[in-house]
Amino acid sequence: MRKLLISATWFLFILIIIFPISFIVTGAFEEGWSGFIEALTRPEALHAMKISLYIVVVVTIFNVGLGILFSLELVRGNWLARWVKPVINAIIDLPFAVSPVIGGFMIILLYGPETVLGIFFASFGVDIVFALPGMILATMFVTFPFVVREVVPVLEEIGEDVEEASRTLGASKWRTFRQVTWPSIQWPVVYGAVLTIARSLGEFGAVLVVSGNIINQTQTVTTLVYQDADYFNVVGANSLALILCLISIVTLLVLDGLKRRQEVLRSEHSSEGSV
Amino acid sequence: MNIQVKDLYKNFGDFQAIKGVDFSIEEGKLVGLLGPSGGGKTSILRMLAGLEEPSSGQVILNGKVANGLTVQEREIGFVFQNYALFKHMTVFENVAYGLKVKKVDKARIKQRVEELLELMGLAQTINKYPHQLSGGQKQRVAFARALAPKPKLLLLDEPFAAIDAKVRKDLRLWLRNVISEFGITTIFVTHDQDEAIEVADELLIINSGKVEQQGTPWDIYHRPASRFVAEFLGNSNQLISPVTLKGFEILQKYQDGQEWKENSSVFIRPEWIEIRPLDVSYQKNAGETAEVTHVHFRGDAWYIELQLADLKLFTSLSINAPRYQVGDQVNLLIHKLSIFSDVGNEIAGNSLLNVSLSYHI
Ligand SMILES: Nc1ncnc2c1ncn2[C@@H]1O[C@H](COP(=O)(O)OP(=O)(O)OP(=O)(O)O)[C@@H](O)[C@H]1O
Ligand SMILES: [Mg+2]
Repeated sequence: MRKLLISATWFLFILIIIFPISFIVTGAFEEGWSGFIEALTRPEALHAMKISLYIVVVVTIFNVGLGILFSLELVRGNWLARWVKPVINAIIDLPFAVSPVIGGFMIILLYGPETVLGIFFASFGVDIVFALPGMILATMFVTFPFVVREVVPVLEEIGEDVEEASRTLGASKWRTFRQVTWPSIQWPVVYGAVLTIARSLGEFGAVLVVSGNIINQTQTVTTLVYQDADYFNVVGANSLALILCLISIVTLLVLDGLKRRQEVLRSEHSSEGSV
Repeated sequence: MNIQVKDLYKNFGDFQAIKGVDFSIEEGKLVGLLGPSGGGKTSILRMLAGLEEPSSGQVILNGKVANGLTVQEREIGFVFQNYALFKHMTVFENVAYGLKVKKVDKARIKQRVEELLELMGLAQTINKYPHQLSGGQKQRVAFARALAPKPKLLLLDEPFAAIDAKVRKDLRLWLRNVISEFGITTIFVTHDQDEAIEVADELLIINSGKVEQQGTPWDIYHRPASRFVAEFLGNSNQLISPVTLKGFEILQKYQDGQEWKENSSVFIRPEWIEIRPLDVSYQKNAGETAEVTHVHFRGDAWYIELQLADLKLFTSLSINAPRYQVGDQVNLLIHKLSIFSDVGNEIAGNSLLNVSLSYHI
């Protein structure tokens, strides 16, 4: 029985992880190293990487900043009525619950060229939909919960007392945040940021809808893989997929390291009085 | 710092936590806020500190209305019930925090922190982190941290609640000494009446959002202003139904058939009850014969229950006093009792005790 379970586990592991990865690797190197390098250095690939990088950087910066502010207001803000907080708490998870494609459509419906908002922004020469801003918005929508979900429970756990203590000692709000709150939430923030990076890089549905997938303009690495595969460009699709795959593996390792670090920190704090 | 609180109210949503509180505290006093859980002690303290905004009313610090002042501007030290130490800072950094905020120079900070930690008996822990300290040590760090920037008022919310009974007793006497040494006006909250009576110069009894009584512990204990205070402070015998007690004809005034007149309560403190041998000669008639029904050793005293006709009373007796057994008949002398009613409160003495000796040979 035990043996059967172990073999079943291995079978699944090989079937859904090892097998596809080796397929990607063989695909990527079908035409050897030069084919691989060439696939990665095609103009459209380089452009897609640039777009993906923009999105990841901007989205991560915004979502970390907004995520921290949002979490602070949600947990500490006393202008929010009591019953509002659980509602907001539920709404934060909305991007997890709805399909990213729907998120993308919402942005088109809100900011499309014929909408009030779309016309408003267009009057400043800014296109939202089928352009980078829309893609960033769509990715922000999809990844917004990550930082908030990591930070909110920690803020709730540490309580307001230490921050109040800091204020009674004369510290300004900003100093209190920097010296008292931040050290407690820094690892959760980093953890949330890494998840945001990973997800922004891999986001497909929402971005595809919003971007229109215009080559050399609004194409990300992920949507380029889709296009390559569609055009039977095996080497192209697999080379880029391999790079995404490697980045994901590195991300997972970083996450694992962070998690371990947090656990060490937590156990240090819970072993009170043992020294 | 002089403190004056005028007509203070605090609502949390529909709930009225503080309902019109007035009191004033003189500079240098050590004041205990005592009262049952949920009475509003923490809320009052937080409004003094500026951590909570009053719904209406005034907080006046040193003669100036402080309502608009921020927490930072008030320069009030606050010690939280769970200490609220900065867990990623060492003991030194914790205590130095308020001084760094004030931009005191490094050498002065070092000197002051070391001085304080020495005084607190924490010199050994200077480089430790909070999670490496015992409860009592954390408490003292929190205390040192609050004192370091020389606040004008120190507020302590149940400072000893999380510390075990023995350490607590030492700590509160020590705290008393430190505070009187610094001469800083201090208000502390407690549930524990022994603690309040032992430590405070003055007590404020808080119940359901109101001040029941303010005064010295002695005054409040001996002259409670309300039924609530009498019931809350110290253990008392409360007489449930009307009785006639020898020497207390006055009780008739408060009776109405089988009931006390509405809103009348009668209390007898255990120390107002004296147990004497049945054959006592001195003022024997002022007492009544009662039977010992229960004797229990309390460590520093005997706890004794007695049956006097229909009435069950308890008192305590020094362990050096003559011992009584269950079933012994004794002469029970009630010196005083306190009565609270709508028409006024009074403490009545035993009328037979005042008559001259010759009256009863
Ligand atoms: N932030 C708040 N929101 C709503 N109600 C509150 C809040 N803070 C206090 N209360 C309520 O106000 C009342 C007084 O609370 P407070 O904490 O001042 O009592 P306390 O005397 O300090 O009690 P304890 O001895 O248990 O600490 C309580 O009924 C409490 O539930
Ligand atoms: Mg309290």
